[in-house]
Amino acid sequence: MTEAMIETSGLTRHFTVRTETVEAVKGLDLRVDTGELVALLGPNGAGKSTTLRMLTTLLAPTSGTARVAGFDVRTQQREVRGHIGYIGQGNGAGHSQRGRDELVSQGRAYGMTASAARARADELVESLDLSAVADRVVSKLSGGQRRRLDIAMGLIHAPALLFLDEPSTGLDPQNRANLQEHIQRLRADHGTTIVLTTHYLDEADSLAERVIVIDHGSIIADNTPARLKAEHAGDRITLTFDNATQAARVIGHHALGIAEGAQVSQSGAQVVLEVPGGAQIAPKLLRALDDALLEVASVEVTRPTLDDVFLTLTGRSLREDVSLKEKKA
Amino acid sequence: MTTALVAKTGIVADTLTVFSRELRPVLRNPFSVIFTMVQPLFFLALFAPLLPGDSSLQWFVPGIVVMSCLFGTSMTGSNLLYEMQTGSHERMLVSPLRRPALIMGRALKEIVPMLAQTVLLVLVTMPFGFTLNVGGAAIGLVILAIFCVGLGALSYTLALASKDQEWMFWGVQQTLLFPLLLLAGMMLPIDNGPQWLQTMAKFNPLTYVVDAERLLFNGTIASGTVLAGLAAAVVVAALGLFVGTRAMRKA
Ligand SMILES: Nc1ncnc2c1ncn2[C@@H]1O[C@H](COP(=O)(O)OP(=O)(O)O)[C@@H](O)[C@H]1O
Ligand SMILES: [Mg+2]
Repeated sequence: MTEAMIETSGLTRHFTVRTETVEAVKGLDLRVDTGELVALLGPNGAGKSTTLRMLTTLLAPTSGTARVAGFDVRTQQREVRGHIGYIGQGNGAGHSQRGRDELVSQGRAYGMTASAARARADELVESLDLSAVADRVVSKLSGGQRRRLDIAMGLIHAPALLFLDEPSTGLDPQNRANLQEHIQRLRADHGTTIVLTTHYLDEADSLAERVIVIDHGSIIADNTPARLKAEHAGDRITLTFDNATQAARVIGHHALGIAEGAQVSQSGAQVVLEVPGGAQIAPKLLRALDDALLEVASVEVTRPTLDDVFLTLTGRSLREDVSLKEKKA
Repeated sequence: MTTALVAKTGIVADTLTVFSRELRPVLRNPFSVIFTMVQPLFFLALFAPLLPGDSSLQWFVPGIVVMSCLFGTSMTGSNLLYEMQTGSHERMLVSPLRRPALIMGRALKEIVPMLAQTVLLVLVTMPFGFTLNVGGAAIGLVILAIFCVGLGALSYTLALASKDQEWMFWGVQQTLLFPLLLLAGMMLPIDNGPQWLQTMAKFNPLTYVVDAERLLFNGTIASGTVLAGLAAAVVVAALGLFVGTRAMRKA
């Protein structure tokens, strides 16, 4: 049974900054089925948060429509709100409050009885490893503890659809791994449909079954990480020779014919071939080069990353965008 | 594990949820209530001896009660401002809590510190000869509670309008606070002031509230001034909740 949990058509949002119009999201057509785990991947300013904010009723679309959990985000806001969980970029729990209190009042906000909210809060405090800090004031918690509390807040009513905006930004690697584990467990145990945004390539790669690449407010690719890489970036075979002259002799040599359709480039003593199925081709290629008396000093085969996909699609590296953003922060 | 809890909550339950959430940090940290009273107490100590006659405290204390409420309540929007920056306001906007409840629950909470401050002020001034009429004061507190809710809602509206410009919130709050206070004759009588001053005072709802409180604390209940004070408080509350709900809907 697959039914649409999210369905948008021409979803668009403009912002007017002074006299300029910023097209943050341009005509998004998107369908997410029940039970999917989707990552929206894109550089800073791509329109990921704006998309999420429209789907969660925080922002009215400029044009287009969106149905979320079966309800229209424009005309049935309360119904949408009652059926989704949202973990934003900030902290859901108020800094002057205690964690457990906030969990209970969050439960009350979703119509749970006081005792049901307390029981559920205890359950989440336990499962998110917050027992030691749940009764402290939120401002005294560490970044990782606060983020786990945010997750608990978003889960209080066990929503069937959960949105997370940059859930792991600002977390250290251990806390990030921890969080990813929680997200996967949620999916496995409860079949929760999850839509998250990230600018971490490895996170999108390892966590999501479906990656939607967004740039300048539009979807530029939408597939499983494996298919994206297969379609938009080949394996990379790097051959290193003794010197640049030798490397130059290889370019255009018929021995390279084994790697049919490969993109070949040289830089110094290195020759790089980008080709699908590189791991299978490499041994044959080495033999052919050996037969042609072209001696290879070393060889390396690397699988493409989502960054290579992004580079192929946009001509820019996502990594550069990210490091720029993190330097600014 | 299904939700569909939406239908179960009503506006009253929503308001109660927001109200009790707002109240918790106040109850946990009662000294925060005293903090906004430092200035009014200072004015009390400084000005009361300057006022002529034996009954100066009877005139001055009800004004200080209103001032204390004015100080605390007009600042309360800064809490919301902070929650808008940290993200918990956004979290509440995504929840099914009704927009009017988000403003009403917060504004209603202002009544609690106001009551605590009044009790404290009365207890502090009684040894110096201040006496109060309990029935009148009770009615006075009802009027003040209504006024507080309106003023609180206006402060939250200002916070919503300021968004991430904190300076705007404090700028407007500070700019309005002292003229309102002085024009209401809270610290010094303005009966003998120039005509323009008296005219401006007539347009200040606070004037009516302060005048009513003075009569009520001293035992005069059946009076047009009391009725005018009640009317002014109701107008402020209605206006505050109206613009506050609108601002929350747009947030
Ligand atoms: N409230 C706003 N007012 C004006 N411009 C905005 C606002 N929110 C987002 N934008 C702009 O819209 C674009 C997309 O932003 P956003 O959705 O936050 O990107 P992302 O989450 O992918 O980093 C950016 O150019 C950003 O500056
Ligand atoms: Mg964002």
